Amino acid sequence: MKQQLTNKKTYRVSVNAFTVIGVLLLPIVIMAFGLKAGPDVTDLNPPLVKKDSIASVKAFKQVYTVLMSSRCMNCHPAGNIPLQGDDSHLHTMSPQRGIDGKGVYAMKCANCHQATNTPGLHTPPGNPNWHLPPADMKMVFQGRTALQLAKQLIDPKQNGHKDLKKLIAHADDGLVLGGWNPGEGRTLPPMSHAAFKKAWITWLTTGAYAPKKQLKGTNHLTGLP
Amino acid sequence: MTTITVNGKQHQIDADPNMPLLWVIRDIIGLTGTKYGCGVAQCGACVIHLNGDAVRSCVTKLSRAAGQQITTIEGLSKNNDHPIQLAWNEENVPQCGYCHSGQIMSAAVLLRANPDPSDADIGAGMAGNICRCGTYQRIRKAIHLAADLQRKENASK
Repeated sequence: MKQQLTNKKTYRVSVNAFTVIGVLLLPIVIMAFGLKAGPDVTDLNPPLVKKDSIASVKAFKQVYTVLMSSRCMNCHPAGNIPLQGDDSHLHTMSPQRGIDGKGVYAMKCANCHQATNTPGLHTPPGNPNWHLPPADMKMVFQGRTALQLAKQLIDPKQNGHKDLKKLIAHADDGLVLGGWNPGEGRTLPPMSHAAFKKAWITWLTTGAYAPKKQLKGTNHLTGLP
Repeated sequence: MTTITVNGKQHQIDADPNMPLLWVIRDIIGLTGTKYGCGVAQCGACVIHLNGDAVRSCVTKLSRAAGQQITTIEGLSKNNDHPIQLAWNEENVPQCGYCHSGQIMSAAVLLRANPDPSDADIGAGMAGNICRCGTYQRIRKAIHLAADLQRKENASK
């Protein structure tokens, strides 16, 4: 009888202990299932930043060569006329930026630039949202040193009001992706979009450190060696 | 089958949705006022209005115009009396005339958006329309005159 009582007491203690442990573990289990399995940083809120100035500057060196390539820089000109071609000359016909970045009067971007690339050499490349940055936030790349561009990119007052999460998501923006589908006869950016995105996210999530001076061996106008 | 409205009239077009709108307008509908110049959106001879925008019909696919409103030079006014047309006539702007359907269609968009354009505004709005005869000075003069005509017309209403 005494043995039976002891067993019953042990059983109750065990049940209570499991209940307490279960209650404590419940939020952890829920959180674990709430997080997505993959390494998709765009889903992190707030984005995870683990500061590493060396890795960050190294990643930005790659990012800079892409942003200063003609596929990106041509639509981030210093003036109000977009650039054109692999040599980034002023766009023939001198189309103007306009207030919204979509041109003026009979010279709207979409009057020539269709939703998709027009087939053939020397034809207008296409994108459903073809435009320059707007007049009140020009987001200039042309002529920026790596230091200047890095600071500009992470300043919401100069980057289109983007926070870290929006900056990360911007790597997959339709017009950014369009740089890797430029139409016939145009050189691609110096690395794949996947490599660029990886470098971009690495730069941002390691603290978005700006290089202290002009990147060694690069031309500050083009970013290329 | 693609439905488009050209100068107020609806058309059912049985053609490849990728066909340039210029081909549809000229060869299928039969309105030949709109001209073929370069075929790659470089010269402006083929400008028409698509929902009021001065698009280049040589690179605009039929599919983009589905269900939309198109205006060609033939439909710009009922009696060829749009202020731009009157001014073009008054100033004898064309020489060979080939590019002027596009010039007039672009100028009409400029004047609608800016009723009193400066020389710089005209330059910005018309820079994409090329004239091999070099009638640019007369084009500029005529747009200023059209702005005057439009002002007088509005004042008399």
